[in-house]
Amino acid sequence: MHKLKPITPLGSDTPRQDVIGTITITEVVDQALASVAARTDQGATVRDAMSDKTGLALPDVGKSAEVGPYSAFWMGPDQWMITAAHDSHELLAAELKSSLGDKASVVEQTDGWCRFDVAGAALCDLFERLCNAPVRTMKPGAAIRTTAEHLGVFLQRLADDRIAVFGPRSSAGSLHHGLVAAARSVA
Amino acid sequence: MTNGNRLNGGLIDRSTNLNFKFDGKNFSGFQGDTLASALMANGVRLMGRSFKYHRPRGVLTAGSEEPNALVELRSGGRQEPNTRATVAELYDGLSANSQNRWPSLERDFMAINDRFSNFLTAGFYYKTFMWPKAFWEKLYEPVIRKAAGLGSLTGEDDPDAYDKGFLHCDLLIVGAGPAGLAAALTAGRAGAQVILAEEDFHLGGRLIAETGALADVSGADWVAQTQAELAGMGNVRLMPRTTVFGAYDHGIYGAVERNADHLAMPAEGKPRQTLWRIYSKRALITTGAIERPIAFENNDRPGIMLAGAVRAYVNRWATTPAQSLVVFANNDDAHQTARDLIAQGVKVPAIVDTRPDAPDVEGTEVLKGAEIINTSGRLGLTSVQVRTDKGFTRDLHCEALAMSGGWNPNLGLTCHQRGRPVWNADIHAFVPGEEGLPVGQIVAGAAKGDLTTDAALQGGANAAVTALSDLGITATPADLPAAQDAPVSLSPFWHVKGAKRAWLDYQNDVTVKDVKLAHQENFTSVEHLKRYTTLGMATDQGKTSNVGALAVMAELTGKSIPETGSTIFRPPYTPVAMGALAGRAVGKEFHPTRLTPSHKWAEEQGAVFLEVGNWLRAQWFPRKGETHWRQSVNREVLQTRNSVGVCDVTTLGKIDVQGADAAAFLNMIYANGFAKLPVGKVRYGLMLREDGVAYDDGTAARLAEDHFVVTTTTANAVLVYRNMEFVRQCLCPNMDVQLISTTEAWAQYAVAGPNSRKLLQKIVDPEFDISNEAFPFMACGEITVCGGLRARLFRISFSGELAYEIAVPTRYGDGLMRALMEAGEEFDVVPYGTEALGVMRIEKGHATGNELNGTTTALNLGLGRMVSTKKDCIGNVLSRREGMNTPDALALVGLKPVDAKDTLPAGGHLMNLTGPVDAAHDQGYVTSTAYSPILNSSIALGYVKGGFDRKGEQLRLVNPLEGQEVLVEIVSAHFVDPEGEKLRA
Repeated sequence: MHKLKPITPLGSDTPRQDVIGTITITEVVDQALASVAARTDQGATVRDAMSDKTGLALPDVGKSAEVGPYSAFWMGPDQWMITAAHDSHELLAAELKSSLGDKASVVEQTDGWCRFDVAGAALCDLFERLCNAPVRTMKPGAAIRTTAEHLGVFLQRLADDRIAVFGPRSSAGSLHHGLVAAARSVA
Repeated sequence: MTNGNRLNGGLIDRSTNLNFKFDGKNFSGFQGDTLASALMANGVRLMGRSFKYHRPRGVLTAGSEEPNALVELRSGGRQEPNTRATVAELYDGLSANSQNRWPSLERDFMAINDRFSNFLTAGFYYKTFMWPKAFWEKLYEPVIRKAAGLGSLTGEDDPDAYDKGFLHCDLLIVGAGPAGLAAALTAGRAGAQVILAEEDFHLGGRLIAETGALADVSGADWVAQTQAELAGMGNVRLMPRTTVFGAYDHGIYGAVERNADHLAMPAEGKPRQTLWRIYSKRALITTGAIERPIAFENNDRPGIMLAGAVRAYVNRWATTPAQSLVVFANNDDAHQTARDLIAQGVKVPAIVDTRPDAPDVEGTEVLKGAEIINTSGRLGLTSVQVRTDKGFTRDLHCEALAMSGGWNPNLGLTCHQRGRPVWNADIHAFVPGEEGLPVGQIVAGAAKGDLTTDAALQGGANAAVTALSDLGITATPADLPAAQDAPVSLSPFWHVKGAKRAWLDYQNDVTVKDVKLAHQENFTSVEHLKRYTTLGMATDQGKTSNVGALAVMAELTGKSIPETGSTIFRPPYTPVAMGALAGRAVGKEFHPTRLTPSHKWAEEQGAVFLEVGNWLRAQWFPRKGETHWRQSVNREVLQTRNSVGVCDVTTLGKIDVQGADAAAFLNMIYANGFAKLPVGKVRYGLMLREDGVAYDDGTAARLAEDHFVVTTTTANAVLVYRNMEFVRQCLCPNMDVQLISTTEAWAQYAVAGPNSRKLLQKIVDPEFDISNEAFPFMACGEITVCGGLRARLFRISFSGELAYEIAVPTRYGDGLMRALMEAGEEFDVVPYGTEALGVMRIEKGHATGNELNGTTTALNLGLGRMVSTKKDCIGNVLSRREGMNTPDALALVGLKPVDAKDTLPAGGHLMNLTGPVDAAHDQGYVTSTAYSPILNSSIALGYVKGGFDRKGEQLRLVNPLEGQEVLVEIVSAHFVDPEGEKLRA
């Protein structure tokens, strides 16, 4: 085990949580991320291989999927982001690459992103103030790329009252500020 | 003051008393009042001064079309100028001041302008202030701006927050009058996603301003009942206090919701206003109609109002402008004003109706075929002079006048995509044209020209059915109450002939005479008329004036109104606060901030940070006793060059390139070849624009046959990635290549200096051999550090020293920096910032953005041979243009002062030792300068014509602006280690 101590995107030893009115904003650091992009004409093969390996049916445009420790959302044509628990799958990219071989390009994305899970009844009111995603009609399982606080982000609807937002890690502070300001606004 | 003009009834809550101030005087009103209605109830008629002539003015309307009653609301940072008293919702503690007057509203010094009105006619600025030309900017304009103009800005920062947001719906309904409410009921019951936006704080529109609009129920009751039903529907969003101000592309509408303007101040964390961008599949415009004034002599005195507005004050706000009021109209509708007032016990001496066949009204005299030819009263109306149908003149004492020239459909939002209104001869008004309406927009109710309540209700419901059927949603018109359905009875009447000063545009002081003058001077087109006279400008955008002025122009030109032209509107419908447009993006939040992985550690070291795009980078790390930034920078440079230094270079863009054609792809985007780069090696690469100019450089590391990591400059990370995606998707769609950014995923540090290897050997796990033999210059590889953490190591050097860049997953970046510092203690390791980085790269002659400045080519950079002729690449062909390859082309060289004590100024130009100092004799320019602590001298990089062959030559480095001139010598750009021995050590 190496000796380097990690810090969270917000620069702390422990993930941050803010409770503002009915809204809870939680910094999520326990997920490993890897992008999977099918090589030319390998979309179907990659879907099959991923299904065999992880049980995930790779989702279509605007969707996410979850099976066991794995979850995936659509990022682009024949391109997905796969997530799994960091503790058990820190080397997720290597793990997927070994299954997919030269059928796909796999890139470690774990620390490219910060993730905040936002929960609470006023969820849609909050996200309406942050981004132009149609959050009210996004059912659990919907995922979308949009901008919030001038940042490119992904939203994944985890449940009726829970949305995960993935943003660029270096701007975690700005994204967090935007989430908190919007939460205060609707609290 | 007392509520002397308060009547019975109304939609005000008399149990909630609200105290407020106007021009420092204390007043009181009730919950539900506007500032205008409360002042009116208190007997205040004078509320402002006009723009140009400083004429006393009172309230004209009861809505957002108000041109006169503009006030400054609140104080300090919250002061807001030019707020219409008619829409300013009263709250306890409200404070408002009149504007555009000095020293007081009653005694305004600038009212002298009114005496000079003969000189201050339309176009007078253009004619009067022509000479001398130089006086305009310095003298005339400042004086005129001070004299004319409306409210003043506070100059303080607005302390409140403004939100921005996005909404989506099937049907956006703009305006909650009878048509809008009927449409919302219909669409809401059908299950559609509906947004009903209403600029007023009370829904209902004319339904709450009129008596008898509905047959069997009061308008207010039906509105309340409808509102309750809509509020109970999960699919309907009611948005009172929300002005839809613009119709944009693809069914997108801009709206401002006033969340806290009706409160003394917003609650903690809550916004004052929210700017909404509404994405609608269909939009229904039910914005009603705006009544038009009649132009007659002195028709602008306080107390002279629109008839429908008077009814709104009487019926909704239970207040009358005065105890005695005359009506002047050309239609039946305005007679209702007299009936409503009489029912409340207010005296109505007469109705002056221009129509000889006007109907009688019980309780007052109707002067048929008569006109008002003048008015009296300095600060408020005292009487009107009537010319009867027989030609006699009659004075009528009154303190208020309700006038009506008919109603104009409120067309604003229908015109925002260049929709041209068309003339409807039945109602003598412009209505929305069939063509040019914004995509997905439908108009109903009075806004469409259906001027009866019954037609508005039915029209609204039917329009909702039509709009939803387009979307595949079946709806049936809601059951609606029986309503007033009297046909419009109106005889066009625009202005009283012979009047000298009869106002058309109250806000901009444009009179009938000004329109005549414009016509006389041949400014007859509508657009010219507007610009010449200022008609229709400023906060009200001509809502009450445009059609009247058009009618006068039509009369003068002998054409019909539609032949004369139509007027269209642009967004915003009403003024939008700058704060709302800015939203939360103010101050430090103007743009997002990007922090490097070592930021927290650097803060602990007291680093001074520099904004580089959105990034904050450590510029230098001051130590105790250092009093000048250069002491810190010199120390960082010397310590690095003598031993080892560490710099966070995470900000450089990193793009992961994979695929069977990854190498071929890199060959396409880089000027130099990459196909033969072995796995485990890095190569410097130069990217050209399509026009052959160099635009970015960096390295590409080959981690596998089908896997590269491309690095870019910090500034161009996004641009390069975007361009690479363009090549991938559009230029080379058949290549098997996949791209993704990994800039953020890896914390990357440059470890530079003669002891860098020794330091890294303490960090890198022992199974990885990083000796010079095993890991030579330009090697790269995937390794582990600190006992098993995956990492990437690149042996590349920007400083010119033996150097590496080491990358670990970002979460461990903070830990790695601390580990490097700890391990480096024995080597006296130093963290260095961007300044030292800059000094060292100038010493080494490496280009950055200063040199890749958008005009320079590979040839200029001395990298001409890098542009491969053996393969195609972006910019290859155009880089071979003759003009870009002349023998005297600019060449990147080093410059040093002939006298080592001289400092080389940045940005100066280079001239020969003799000859003039001018552009024609320019020999080149300086791009980067620095003080080199190694050379103990100021040094520079710059471009010199034919410079590669001019080494040793002396030039003058000049800065004529500041009178600087320094003698310099052209030297190699590589001041330090020109043979590259250090970095290969």
